[in-house]
Amino acid sequence: MGTPQRRWTRWRNARRISQGAFLLLFLYLLLRTNIDALDTPDAIPRISAPVDFFLEIDPLVAITTALTTHTLYRDLILALIVIVGTLFLGRFFCGWVCPMGTINHMIAALRSARMRGRRRMEQNSWQPWQRWKYGILAAMLGAALFGSAQIGLLDPMALLTRSMALVVLPAYNVLTQDFYMWSLHATLGPADIILTPISWVTHAILIRAERVVFDQTFVILLMFAGILIGNRFITRFWCRGLCPLGALLGVLAKTSILGLEKRPSLCTDCNLCTLHCQGGDNPKPGDTWHQTECHLCMNCVASCRDAGIAFTFFPKTEETTRAVNLTRRAVLTSTGAGLLAIPVLRAAVDPRRAPDPALVRPPGSLPETEFLARCIRCGECMNVCPNNALHPTLTQAGAEGLWTPMLMPRIGYCEPTCVLCSQVCPTGAIDEITEAEKAWVPEVGTERTTAPPIRIGTAFYDTGRCLPYAMAKECIVCEEWCPTTPKAIYFEEVEVRDREENYLYLKRPHVDPALCVGCGACTYACPVKGAPAIYITAVGETRHPHHRILLTDAAHD
Amino acid sequence: MDGQQIDRRTFLERGGKAAGFAAAALVGGALLHEPERHPFRALDDASIRRDLRIPDLAPMLVVARAADAAGSGTPARLTAAALEALGGISTFVSRGDFVVIKPNVGWDRRPEQAANTNPDVVAEVVRQCRAAGAARILVTDITCNDATRCFHRSGIAAAAREAGAEVQLAQEARFRDVNIGGAMLGRQSVYDAYLEADKFINLPIAKHHSLTRVTLGMKNLYGILGGNRSRLHQDIHNSLADLAHFVRPTLVLLDAWRVLLRNGPQGGSLADVEERRMLVAGTDPVALDAFGGAEFFGLTVEEMPWIGLAEARGLGTSDHASLRREEITI
Repeated sequence: MGTPQRRWTRWRNARRISQGAFLLLFLYLLLRTNIDALDTPDAIPRISAPVDFFLEIDPLVAITTALTTHTLYRDLILALIVIVGTLFLGRFFCGWVCPMGTINHMIAALRSARMRGRRRMEQNSWQPWQRWKYGILAAMLGAALFGSAQIGLLDPMALLTRSMALVVLPAYNVLTQDFYMWSLHATLGPADIILTPISWVTHAILIRAERVVFDQTFVILLMFAGILIGNRFITRFWCRGLCPLGALLGVLAKTSILGLEKRPSLCTDCNLCTLHCQGGDNPKPGDTWHQTECHLCMNCVASCRDAGIAFTFFPKTEETTRAVNLTRRAVLTSTGAGLLAIPVLRAAVDPRRAPDPALVRPPGSLPETEFLARCIRCGECMNVCPNNALHPTLTQAGAEGLWTPMLMPRIGYCEPTCVLCSQVCPTGAIDEITEAEKAWVPEVGTERTTAPPIRIGTAFYDTGRCLPYAMAKECIVCEEWCPTTPKAIYFEEVEVRDREENYLYLKRPHVDPALCVGCGACTYACPVKGAPAIYITAVGETRHPHHRILLTDAAHD
Repeated sequence: MDGQQIDRRTFLERGGKAAGFAAAALVGGALLHEPERHPFRALDDASIRRDLRIPDLAPMLVVARAADAAGSGTPARLTAAALEALGGISTFVSRGDFVVIKPNVGWDRRPEQAANTNPDVVAEVVRQCRAAGAARILVTDITCNDATRCFHRSGIAAAAREAGAEVQLAQEARFRDVNIGGAMLGRQSVYDAYLEADKFINLPIAKHHSLTRVTLGMKNLYGILGGNRSRLHQDIHNSLADLAHFVRPTLVLLDAWRVLLRNGPQGGSLADVEERRMLVAGTDPVALDAFGGAEFFGLTVEEMPWIGLAEARGLGTSDHASLRREEITI
């Protein structure tokens, strides 16, 4: 046992190692959320890593979806580890685990004129706006009471997963792929010899070989960038003032038995503790310590030269407050606002139709109301989709459904045997299904699928654009790509006369709505670029009985 | 300020800096200046053709059959026997060659569903190429469905790797826009393996297709292209002849162990699959398509117009009966 200060330095180092390890784990799991590599010996690609780990240990996801659905889906039960830990220890998650917090921490640690000396010390003292996050939390829980998982917009795990998967990773792909392509194709004359080793390096740092694009990247980036830039003005501004998970953990930390004990007689008023404080919780003896704000980063005790403060179990608490300092009226107002916002949003949407006919949800998605009760817009489904088919909505799902997943078959179609999105969905908004339950392709050794398929929509022709209808040209690429057995696209052979009065036989395609599953492979493959000659709408999707087209479909209920 | 003189040194330093940047701007502008309107240079570059045949080889057709289910014939044995009958793999592959093998791996289907080339045929060809001393053996295809699934479920990734080949899923960076010099097809996005290979072995499977009636060897060449290849359907026959003209394979082995008769080119239902237990091999891609269409689908050359178009360009003969033929039964 060294000096007290040495001991706290070791704890601070342990916290740094923990933060680094969890951040690396987060990034590793993010990269493992695809099946790009040919490394599984299995014929059916699977995601073998626990890629939802951070979303599943997130108490806010667990509590809000428990409020909206009255169940804890699958591994969301893991959140109890963090809940119980926080009840005893306080917000260790914020300081030691949260990858969003770690990124904020790193950015706030960069030196600048604004972030040093007296100014830094002053902004590190507890500020009244740190109560905002409790209001945000109350509003999100209010929305959850009305059955809407709006929490996904601001929950840090959902937000970080979404931002990394839909913005940062795709941008990295563009950078590395373009560099790799340059190294393969450039001509530098006599310097060509250096291109081969460059291509090895650029190939080695490629994460994906295909281009992955996402609609709305820029909008999602704005939010993420705003959070990161906030750290240049106030240390961990997001964590202190806005994060609803931080707020929830702050409330849970009220019962913590671990706390900061202050020894004013030993304090020399050097202010180093406040200067390095991450939570803005007033660690200095003489100030009132805010237990609900402390991230347990150990910076204060590690920087204290005089043993004026120490973390202990059951500390003396003369200079501690456990209050979040939010009036009951403010809590009720915030909750009420969140609660009432949902009926307002829903008043704009007719439940008998999707806000946008093109709103095609991934296979396995629950009926829309239950879907919105669970979907936290984390983007895991969009990240895992091998065809880049799923994209975040803007207005297509109404304001309530911002950034929920939607099939965009012009970019990618729903791969017939793939159920990965349903496997990675952490909250069951996309219910976990098997290939046999999806039933788009006969299982091996069979002639037909046995179960009725899970349909996500139906295809329609735009005969004003379709080549055999509008331009007297052969095509039927759509029929070639149609994956069902028998094919949902069939054709009639017609005799047509072209402009030069030649008679020719053409195959004109039609859709059989009894067989079409809405995968969008036809739209994807259609050679008429821009608006396709065959498109998908959600009508016919099995999750909504009232979206069926055919009378005979009722038999599948 | 007024009356203050600047010294010579400052005058030279600041004046020189301004003059230097101004000179650089003028030179840069002059170098970049494009006095004419932007030149149109998309399509007029020289066309490329890849003739990877072995010179002075008399074309022949090998038709290999496995007797019945109880017999000892397997896809791998048929392949080995057919190569033997063609003169052995060393006739085609030399020590140090970069060999590209292109099975049909278009769809996320299992071997029994007969939408992709039989993995045992692919593996046997890889083994033989290795025995012949090839330096690099690449098995690749531009799939329609998700490439990982296609290569897995078809069994081709595992079989080809185990036999010692490098399996490459299409990488977007490896496509090159080149003028393939066809009657229909000019500039196309071609996978670079076909531009760099010393030898090219085409391994199609015989299966149904609604537009061309049947997919055989020349149709398999569709899978060397990226880009908006769906447009080829608008004049599929001329397009196929163009592709066959662009890359002339060293060798073609047509897998017909199982033949997909309906709902092609993906199939799915085993009711649409017929077990024919055959393999056809040769060096004349036109004769091979003509034979395959007749043998497995009962089609005449007139019903497969790309064959006549390819023949007219001197790519081979549609009269497959005129070639020396060896029939093998195992």
